[in-house]
Amino acid sequence: MIDPSLAALSDHLFTVSVVLYSLAVVAFCAELAFGARTDRVRTGELVAAGGVGAPAAPPVPDTGDGLSQESPRARRLGTVAMVLTVLGLLSHAAVLVTRGMAAGRLPWGNMYEFATAVVLVAVLAYTVLALRAPVLRHIGAFVLGPVVLAMVLIGLFLYASAGPLVAALRSWWLGVHVTTAILGFGIFFVSGISSVLYLLRSRYEQKLAEGAAPSASLLARLPSAAALDRTAHRTAVFGFPIWTFAVIAGAIWAESAWGRFWGWDPKETWAFIAWVVYAAYLHARTTAGWRGRPSAWVNVVGLTVMVFNLLYVNMVSTGLHSYAGLN
Amino acid sequence: MTTTAPPRPPAAPPTPQPLFGRVTGRLLRWWRQLTAMRTALVLLFLLALAAIPGSLLPQRSLSQTKVSQYFTDHPTLAPVLDRLYLFGVFSSPWFAAIYLLLFVSLIGCVLPRAVEHARNLFSPPPPAPRHLHRLPESARLDTALAPSAALDAMEEELRVRRFRVVRRDGRAGPELSAEKGFLRETGNLLFHLSLLALLLGLAGGKLWGYEGSILVTEGQGFCNSFQQYDTYSAGPLVRTKDLTPLCVDMTDFRAEYEQNATAASYTADIDYGLAGAATRNTTIGVNHPLRADGDRVYVTGHGFSPTFSVTLPDGTAFTDVSAPFLPADTATMASEGALKLPDLGAGATDQLALQGFFAPTGVMQGGVLVSADPRPLDPKVAIFVYRGYLGLDSGLPQSVYSLDQTQIDRNRLTKVGAANLSVGGSTTLDDGTVITFSGYKEFAALQLSHDPGQVWVLGAAVALLAGLLGMLLVRRERVFARVGPAPDGGGTVLSIGSLTRGSADTGPRFSALTDQVRTALAARADRTPEPDAAAPSDRGRAPEKEIPTS
Ligand code: HEM
Repeated sequence: MIDPSLAALSDHLFTVSVVLYSLAVVAFCAELAFGARTDRVRTGELVAAGGVGAPAAPPVPDTGDGLSQESPRARRLGTVAMVLTVLGLLSHAAVLVTRGMAAGRLPWGNMYEFATAVVLVAVLAYTVLALRAPVLRHIGAFVLGPVVLAMVLIGLFLYASAGPLVAALRSWWLGVHVTTAILGFGIFFVSGISSVLYLLRSRYEQKLAEGAAPSASLLARLPSAAALDRTAHRTAVFGFPIWTFAVIAGAIWAESAWGRFWGWDPKETWAFIAWVVYAAYLHARTTAGWRGRPSAWVNVVGLTVMVFNLLYVNMVSTGLHSYAGLN
Repeated sequence: MTTTAPPRPPAAPPTPQPLFGRVTGRLLRWWRQLTAMRTALVLLFLLALAAIPGSLLPQRSLSQTKVSQYFTDHPTLAPVLDRLYLFGVFSSPWFAAIYLLLFVSLIGCVLPRAVEHARNLFSPPPPAPRHLHRLPESARLDTALAPSAALDAMEEELRVRRFRVVRRDGRAGPELSAEKGFLRETGNLLFHLSLLALLLGLAGGKLWGYEGSILVTEGQGFCNSFQQYDTYSAGPLVRTKDLTPLCVDMTDFRAEYEQNATAASYTADIDYGLAGAATRNTTIGVNHPLRADGDRVYVTGHGFSPTFSVTLPDGTAFTDVSAPFLPADTATMASEGALKLPDLGAGATDQLALQGFFAPTGVMQGGVLVSADPRPLDPKVAIFVYRGYLGLDSGLPQSVYSLDQTQIDRNRLTKVGAANLSVGGSTTLDDGTVITFSGYKEFAALQLSHDPGQVWVLGAAVALLAGLLGMLLVRRERVFARVGPAPDGGGTVLSIGSLTRGSADTGPRFSALTDQVRTALAARADRTPEPDAAAPSDRGRAPEKEIPTS
């Protein structure tokens, strides 16, 4: 049933992906470091030269194209980082493909595979964003850093060898429900990180406006707070219907697998909590007094709930969703 | 009285009218507060918070056993938590209070919007605001065309983009209002109303639904009635006579495993039909319930019933008596249970019972029987034999899966033997009774569910998703334009402004629109070399130089 050589290949590719992502993080950090130096010089110039600086270059580099101010060296590093990321992405996708082929089934039948796939979607979402809007490339270190951390933890603590699916998972709803849950989760991951960065960056911009910002801050190289907030919102708006669909599909599956469509099983309860928190985030964005930082916090809470749902509910509590394969 | 009397009598004698007004005023204020978006937000948070204890504490609806265990482990804390409904969070009054408030808020918020939306659908887009350049996006285009011709070009561009366009003669010159994206608001309303529908469907299912579970051994069956179920729960509005008279007989049960002992499938062959009618047969299993007449029958688990033969000293034999042993570990199917034999013929104190452990693949480990595999490759039992009074007719309910410990404690039930047996093995008691482990049968845990609300819930969920997509993916755009003479007297100025809801980057789309309009204006200007000679259309108005275009 299980093809051991393909399964072993999948495990090797996992390591390769972690290495490629780590290198990408290094390159992203180098880009930020070199970028920061040129930025500081530029700011200094502005202050010294008074009104001479072009009005098109405000002290807070805005969304438009933060890249135009980047030194060629930083830009080269950024390109290298992106290439490494894409290579890592390919190898990461191959982890799941080979595992699926080894086991002859969809490669998300246990927690190791599920978590690996979620991280894949997160990297994919980031790559798409960064290729479409190059400013967003600058959040690369902050996305891939957690990604590497997550991959290492997944490899250390969640690993389960390739095996057949338990009876309850042998349904094509696995393809529908779990795939959409993975997509939603991966997208929320990027959204949550954007909100965290927004929180950091908006405080930095506030200090900058008060003239109290540290001169060489990595935060200076991030996209503007407005751009980060917009990214967080747009990804959440993209993820929310997907997550809604995943929950509905889960309920439909539960109806035929467990005898009821909703039973407040711990996993269901936390999926519901996450859904409510993301709905609250979308509302907060349009509610006076909640725009900006408060709503970004709601998004961060949403991501925390998603991660909690993955870890706590699979590893600590017992419920019908106990397919983690950790024993 | 003195405390409530107004301090200065001359000031406003208390008439019912202001009091009434005050009360309604306060009610109105409360209502506005309840239906404010901020309240909805807080209620959403409360709902999420309130659900948390339901996942962290054991819940009666999921496992009564775990709740009892919690009471044993935390004897002082548990009763306090229980008084706060924390072992039944999702049916507690305070959880209900939160979602009911949320839904009242939702109704109060959404209904007025629905009315306004309906009105908007049938009325033209609103007049252009006075200061177009104050809108989030705005532009000014100069053209040599006459004002009405410039507005014609603009209108054409907008109509190509499926806007609804209205032209008016505004105080500041001929103007145009255009609008599209009603689906966004429609989607928003559909979404929020579907939430209400979903809640109603859920409530209906709870009121009129029921569910019963029963263990059925191969060759046996059950009919849909509450007396037959091992456990059942039913909504308050279920009447016994409403139960579908469905009967199910299980002819065969199979559990299949992969080589590494992962369960591959559980299937039960069943004959089913309405009482008195012809039966049909089918196979049900995990992910494949029987669906018949609004009822569903599921296989929710399985297990083994070891069978025994008991031969009394006088030669009376009871062959193949069995009882289901419940799996204690689903990975190895190590199971525990009890077989009670109250009717062996002798007196009430001569009853026999076997209590013990069944291993489908038994191996001895340090003198203890354990199960090594969920498949029945080498079934073994480890049993204790008790004789005495079982207490079955004592009026107190007792579990069918274990002996009544109080009878053992009172020495009314005494242990008279113990044995580890393989199939065919036997043990002889002190009085010469022979007990033989003759084999096993498989049983399935079947569940019959009836939930009249679930189709509604599904419909509402689909509508909810559709509404959500409409609300999140459609932009509502309004574009306004006004024409006026250029300040220097030559040609026309077309001012455009736009307002978009539901999209972040409106800039590029707006500049695409203005670019197109600019090209269209240029093309038209080329076609009509003499713009001033162009006859003003009947909608147009002679430019008034005195009125500034701002
Ligand atoms: C279970 C409760 C609720 C859920 C899950 C929910 C969900 C949502 C979602 C996902 C949006 C989309 C936000 C966006 O356009 O980005 C939304 C919009 C909206 N909701 Fe709710 N909602 C709920 C209750 C309420 C309540 C109680 C109110 C009124 C007090 C309300 C009023 C609105 C309004 C006015 C909008 C439109 C915001 C806009 O487009 O600017 N919602 N809702």
